[in-house]
Amino acid sequence: MTRDHSSDPEPKSLSRRSFLKGAGGAAASGVFVGELATGAKPVEPTRCLSSEETLEGDVEVTFHLNGESIAVTVEPRTTLLSAMRDRIGHTAAKSVCEQGNCGACTVLLDDEPVYSCLTLAVKADGREVRTAGGLAEGGELSPVQAAMVDRDGMMCGFCTPGLVMSVTACLEKNPRADEAEVRQACSGNLCRCGTYPHVFQAALDAGRKMVASSNSGSGSAGGGR
Amino acid sequence: MKTFKIHRPKTVEQATGLLPSRRGPAEIDEARPMAGGQDLLTEMKSYLVQPESVVDLGAVAELEEYEVGASLRLGALTTLARIASDTEIGARWTALAEAAASVASPQIRTQATLGGNLCQRPRCWYFRHEDAVCIKKGGSECFAESGLSKYNAILGGGPSYIVHPSDCATALVCLDAEVTRSTKRGERTQPLEEFFTLPSEGSVMRENVLKADELLLKIEVPALPEGWKSTYLKFKERASYDFALCAVALSAKLEGGKIEDARLVLGAVAPIPWRARAAEEFLAGKQSTPEVWEKAGELAMEEAEPLADNAFKVPLAQGLIQKAFKSLTDGGAK
Repeated sequence: MTRDHSSDPEPKSLSRRSFLKGAGGAAASGVFVGELATGAKPVEPTRCLSSEETLEGDVEVTFHLNGESIAVTVEPRTTLLSAMRDRIGHTAAKSVCEQGNCGACTVLLDDEPVYSCLTLAVKADGREVRTAGGLAEGGELSPVQAAMVDRDGMMCGFCTPGLVMSVTACLEKNPRADEAEVRQACSGNLCRCGTYPHVFQAALDAGRKMVASSNSGSGSAGGGR
Repeated sequence: MKTFKIHRPKTVEQATGLLPSRRGPAEIDEARPMAGGQDLLTEMKSYLVQPESVVDLGAVAELEEYEVGASLRLGALTTLARIASDTEIGARWTALAEAAASVASPQIRTQATLGGNLCQRPRCWYFRHEDAVCIKKGGSECFAESGLSKYNAILGGGPSYIVHPSDCATALVCLDAEVTRSTKRGERTQPLEEFFTLPSEGSVMRENVLKADELLLKIEVPALPEGWKSTYLKFKERASYDFALCAVALSAKLEGGKIEDARLVLGAVAPIPWRARAAEEFLAGKQSTPEVWEKAGELAMEEAEPLADNAFKVPLAQGLIQKAFKSLTDGGAK
């Protein structure tokens, strides 16, 4: 049986190339350092969908994507992943299995890790969405990103944005997470290249760094584990 | 996914009013309820169901009950992440907390709900295949019965040989939980054990008594009696994200080296959480020794009728039963 997918959401402004170009030269960090690509308009959230009883046809959803308020028109069936990639042109979260198995699409929804392929875009309305594209600040990689580079935590790199978000969620809750906790946090992310040991090391490094930097303000030395 | 509308009711009454009075064939289904969507969206993406509309339960406050008191009351919308991280549930209803923590991955547990977990559809690869019209999808045959049956039932099978995929169901039946659902005439509460139906008893296309226009509202788990402890052991093909090959939920009162009483439920071996009653009866009053645990395992598997590829589940279940007793005896679990 051949399935007619013609009714599936149409990419409106697929701008992966312009996104990558915009992300600039940092080779190893190309998948991390992003800025919002074109295709969606930054706005102040004016309303939430919550008052609407039935959503049908074109639906305007407003959410924060890496701190920036975005309004985007979607269908009820559009996933958050599709809204980001195909409508907004923000391709940090990867589309791989589309079945909630691989973790490449992992984003943080109000600080909790979710599969954006199994999250309807309308469910993100009025909420905070964070992707690996928004972790760097002022061109500086986040501790997790930097540790992934230092520890050689990727080969092909396709799973990396998802793993980075899973590790980030884990360490934001507990920067002193041990390896067992890190493994548990990464258990919903597949890496076909098998870089797991490096990813775990990177996560532990990043946790130490986060503890150290939060301690440095109060003058205590390091965040020893 | 086929296109659909989303209804966003605020009450159970509004929600059930939007549901069809009976189920149509999957491809012309009118409306499906959705909580976390972690199972339903995969079914819709695989074109197993193609509802005209989805009834999003997210705004139904009545389904959000969460009370950890004398008993445990959990509304259908309670997320698995919340159950898994609640230390009081972990201390008092250990099997449930362990089961919830064992489900899928952190990403799934963030959104997946207890109600959805209990009502999720089977994982049988024939059932999940878009083009396989098996007996659970209105066809005439269970392809696992004569086909590849590694993950299928060894107990209670026929005419369908699916296994129930829910970890929480196994633990909650062990903990003697009750389920409340909406019905046309109001609410109905019954033991969770009676909620699940064998394919030979209820509709072969369903796994529970829930009708198309009914909703699972909440679960209530009584406090374990004084001296009882529980545990949930899940065996998977890999340590991370997976469904069980076999699971065991055990609650027991162990005193002075003796098993006063025990409740033993097996997961992933039957189309429903499988209560090992013969083993329970044998265990009551016995000394808690490896020989007794072994005998309990034998009794639990006495009626097993493996298919071509799943005889491995028999010794696996027996081993897990022994391990569960050892775990309770060693005090690892509460």
